Amino acid sequence: MSGALTAIELAYWQQTVLRTVGVLVAVLLPAGTLVYVFLFKMMSFMQSRLGPMEAGPYGSMQLLAEVGKWIQKEDIVPWRADRRLFALAPYIIVLSVFMTYVVVPFGPDAWFTNLDVGVFWVLAVSSISVIGILIAGWASANKYSLLGGLRAAGQLIAYELPMVLAVVGVVIQAGTLNMQGIVVAQAEGEIFGISAIGNPFILTQLIGFFIFLIAMQAELTQTPFDMPIAESELVSGYMTEYSGMRFLLFFIAEFASAGAFAAVAATLFLGGWALPGVDLDADYMNVLGPLVLLVKVLFVSFLVFWVRFTYPRFREDQLQQLAWKVLIPLSLVNILATMVLKVAF
Amino acid sequence: MAKLPAPKTPGLVKGLGVTLKTMTKTMFPARGIKTLIPAPSVGAATVQYPHEKETPTARSRGVIALKEENCTSCMLCGRSCPDWCIYIEAHKDTAPPRRPGGKPRSVNKLDRFDIDYALCMYCGICVEVCPFDALFWSPEYEYSELRIADLLHDKERLGEWMQAVPDFEPYEAGSEQKARKVPR
Repeated sequence: MSGALTAIELAYWQQTVLRTVGVLVAVLLPAGTLVYVFLFKMMSFMQSRLGPMEAGPYGSMQLLAEVGKWIQKEDIVPWRADRRLFALAPYIIVLSVFMTYVVVPFGPDAWFTNLDVGVFWVLAVSSISVIGILIAGWASANKYSLLGGLRAAGQLIAYELPMVLAVVGVVIQAGTLNMQGIVVAQAEGEIFGISAIGNPFILTQLIGFFIFLIAMQAELTQTPFDMPIAESELVSGYMTEYSGMRFLLFFIAEFASAGAFAAVAATLFLGGWALPGVDLDADYMNVLGPLVLLVKVLFVSFLVFWVRFTYPRFREDQLQQLAWKVLIPLSLVNILATMVLKVAF
Repeated sequence: MAKLPAPKTPGLVKGLGVTLKTMTKTMFPARGIKTLIPAPSVGAATVQYPHEKETPTARSRGVIALKEENCTSCMLCGRSCPDWCIYIEAHKDTAPPRRPGGKPRSVNKLDRFDIDYALCMYCGICVEVCPFDALFWSPEYEYSELRIADLLHDKERLGEWMQAVPDFEPYEAGSEQKARKVPR
């Protein structure tokens, strides 16, 4: 950071504390916003009802009330469960979400780390949650949990592939794996010689964007891809035996990862924190950038939750067919076309 | 050449349209100049129950009222109740003669007539089966209790519900049936 802020020399541990608090805020704030705006309000409006109205103005404190309720609840561990793994699983999932946020840039200097392989990092750490889910399913000693965990593993691995392949197109276009570099490439790029709005990759990578959205929906196990927690068949899948604080961790992870993936999608396809026609290196972008990103995150998650509240659940074989027979070939064609056009122009 | 049928909107898109339309209708119910002012509490199909209440329709099955004087303790209601939630106890009593000089009549006097609303499934068979116009439906519905035992309404409580029984609707014109009257 430039100006007065750079004058303050921080020790390494002070920086670490600041960054940790920053990541906590960056994860929990959007997650809470998503829960209130989409889960509580948008879903209710789509069903012609009001949703929570009692806690706080327009029910805005409802989430705090629910968190308070969960914290009070008894922490139940099944008798035959593998206690250590059972306790560990939610933390692994939450950890993977937190690590995803680490490489998302919020402004020209506002980032937690600026890895050269940012995109690779995101895709790598986001799939750690599969391990957590499998552990949760296995350690619960419950047939529903186990089935849910297995389904989740099959689904998350199947959709990891189209997601990676959809991102490859963006990486080819930007010529870098660095998230900050991708934002800059979009802001400074031009489409057919017109540079007024830069080149948000949604315009040239529309197919990639849609594949990414579908794969993201599946990665988040949101309806129509919620077979792992299909409540009519599996009670609550791998979360069946979790209660109280541990269930809260699953809940946070679900919505925080929705926010994380939406932030990644916004960075890769919608131009990240940059606005067209705004100086990229300006100091004020460090304040404005996070807000711009938040708006884009809300837009992407609106799409995700809109789909979630509209469609019924897929069947397991339909889910796998969609991934292997449609999305993966389509994204391979997309990569091929991007490569050819990249070389041609 | 035969005219081709118009291409159908894919169901996936249609579904998204339905949810989006419901959402905007709920959020922005007003028309004209006020369209852009969100007013979800007007647009929603539901009401916020303890603050605002919907009036139930006159024939809704809220609670069963008892007209004690009409009851002959015939037990038809208790025997037809599918989940045995009606408790009747009575004893034989003598009533004064109808006409002067007549013989005193024997009647059944109710000691106990309870309906356990914790068990009642609101089928209404007791009301249908009562031959002496002693049981009626009332649309009152706010009688929840903190203790489940308090849901057992005795004959005094059931008698109070009589005030809330609405009049029967008149039959349609030309009907040969005589309209029933609620004994007040």
